[in-house]
Amino acid sequence: MKTFSTGGVHPPENKLTANCSIQYLPLPQSVAIPVSQHIGTPANIVVNKGDSVKTGQVIAESKGFVSAFIHSSVSGKVNKIDTVIDTSGYRQTAVFIDVEGDEWVDTIDRSEEILTDIKLSSEDIIRKCLQSGIVGMGGATFPSHVKLTVPAGKKCDVLIINGVECEPYLTSDHRLMLERGEEVLIGTTILMKALNVSMALMGIENNKPDAIEHLTRLATGFKGITVYPLKVKYPQGAEKQLIKALINREVPSGRLPLDVNTVVHNVGTAFAVYEAVQKNKPLFERVVTITGKSVAKPGNYVVRTGTPVSKLIDAAGGLPEDTGKIVSGGPMMGKAITNTGVPVVKGTSGIILFPKSESERKSPEPCIRCAKCVSACALNLEPYLLMTLSEKGLFEMAGKERITDCMECGSCSYTCPAGRPLLDYIRLGKATVIKMARERVIKN
Amino acid sequence: MSSTIIITVVSLSLLAFMSAVILYFIAQKFKVFEDPRIDEVQAVLPAANCGGCGFAGCRNFAEALVKAENFDGLLCPVGGAVVMGQAAKLLGKEAPVIEPKVAVLICNGSPEFRPHTSKYDGVPDCRIANTLYIGETDCSYGCLGNNDCERACTFDALHMDPLTGLPVITDDKCTSCGNCVKACPRHIIELRKKARKDRKIYVACSNCDKGGPARRACKVACIACSKCVNVCEFNAITIENNLAYIDASKCTFCRKCVTECPTGSILEINFPPRKPKVEAEAENATINP
Repeated sequence: MKTFSTGGVHPPENKLTANCSIQYLPLPQSVAIPVSQHIGTPANIVVNKGDSVKTGQVIAESKGFVSAFIHSSVSGKVNKIDTVIDTSGYRQTAVFIDVEGDEWVDTIDRSEEILTDIKLSSEDIIRKCLQSGIVGMGGATFPSHVKLTVPAGKKCDVLIINGVECEPYLTSDHRLMLERGEEVLIGTTILMKALNVSMALMGIENNKPDAIEHLTRLATGFKGITVYPLKVKYPQGAEKQLIKALINREVPSGRLPLDVNTVVHNVGTAFAVYEAVQKNKPLFERVVTITGKSVAKPGNYVVRTGTPVSKLIDAAGGLPEDTGKIVSGGPMMGKAITNTGVPVVKGTSGIILFPKSESERKSPEPCIRCAKCVSACALNLEPYLLMTLSEKGLFEMAGKERITDCMECGSCSYTCPAGRPLLDYIRLGKATVIKMARERVIKN
Repeated sequence: MSSTIIITVVSLSLLAFMSAVILYFIAQKFKVFEDPRIDEVQAVLPAANCGGCGFAGCRNFAEALVKAENFDGLLCPVGGAVVMGQAAKLLGKEAPVIEPKVAVLICNGSPEFRPHTSKYDGVPDCRIANTLYIGETDCSYGCLGNNDCERACTFDALHMDPLTGLPVITDDKCTSCGNCVKACPRHIIELRKKARKDRKIYVACSNCDKGGPARRACKVACIACSKCVNVCEFNAITIENNLAYIDASKCTFCRKCVTECPTGSILEINFPPRKPKVEAEAENATINP
């Protein structure tokens, strides 16, 4: 069975919600929709306080190439434009909307019918992705139209669809593949058309045999799509690792997948692209897993963006008493959130409620030079060294040791028997090195 | 027996003499001229090697002083006017006018005023906490309280107060080397002009949010209401980015802004206690009948 060659760990899977079918979360009374739900320039707000908006209406326009449109996820009145602490942990501008009914924009096709015919041309598909605010749904939220625009001089010969979901606990992609398999495959075909490629490979980890079987059966009806089961190993869902696993090409340091003639999109993105292109529905809701060992009713919910996390927790049977940390995203790469008023955004794949016993950090012990972190690193870096360099403030040297290659998957911290905060320091070093490089560019 | 001793002594003496001659000529040949004034200047520098001057150590700074045409941009903040004056005298140059400075924390957000809304259990390092999120309180500008400045201070002048969780600066020990200013990732330590009796009046807040959110996050936040600007007769106060700033060079320590500030974000330090209002009025009445 295929997998990537270097490093990797296998944390306990804990996919508690693998059998919970997708449900619709009731609409909240109000939503707070941040204007920066993507990597790149924050969108430009085009509504004012007191305006009435419909579900699916544009409330913020993309500003610059790497940016995305933001749409209202509910119908109602704009209450205020203020700041909110979002999943990134920082204060951000957001549009607060009081919900009144649920009136959708007329152009959205709300029928259940599955449309297989793709009428739009390649350019139209890319434009549609931009206007619908599609971003990478795997968590990185990189605007999809940028990835679909192949720059002159580069070519793409294979599309990779990421159905790996290597993070423990999360099952939103898994359920999407099972319940909306056909739409995901049509979305894949649309992406293939946009990129003008004839082959798409879909990688799914072997811990989801039902999804593999279901999609393999469905894929026989689609030209050029092949489903590959992959050996369970974290971080297989990372772009570079998935490319290595599926087509055995290695993306060089500091380069993009397009440099090895491929593009990777998540299954969630494929589904969002299907809805945008075929149903004219912009991206304003997504599947979110709410889970945790002491959660009464864990599940997978379709949640409108801007819905406070507290609503999701209520749907799951309330906040367990022993909760120590609430993590947005997966347990490996996710971030603890500061309060339950934090809104769900386009990149929120899951909310995990960790009991106190599982959320406490080990007190760090001295490094024993066991090199487990080196074996765990999927990018051939030396985490122990990068941590020390960063801790001592030797950022120039850390840059030479390629600290900027780190994708912050957390395998090193996970595997360290001494409980050392490897990733914390590497992240600091990486941010500093990037800042220094930028300052150097400005100076010259 | 005795001849062995004589031969040994003579041969060793010859060897020593020859080595001395060779070493003398080598020393003459490879002599590196060093300005003797460097040593003299280094002798008057504080030898703290703190890096406050921007050089690696006192020796490098001494070299720079000797080489420099004039003292523009060269300052030993630790030694201040005294040391710079001595160095200028040694080198026959003009001593620059130096106003002594002291580090001041531009935040007063103790837990009493700025309640904690979350608990940080990561690495106790402000730089890391600052790259992760806004901090344990709702204020994204204030002190994170993870001791980076205390670790950076080489003069034992800065210590964390366990009660307030904020650093406390001992004015007498502070040399204004600026290490804490550089160490703080939130840039909330400022070097301010030192005044008589270490008196200070400053806005102890760095929150650039608008009034509402700033006040919600911290009771003693500056809400940029402009009251202090209006009351100041010396144009010493300006408001920029929703934050008032008192220019220490214009401030005359009249203390009017302190009483005017509705949130109490302007602090007066080392002033004698104010007289109660009634008493003060009575005093005025006796002076001006």
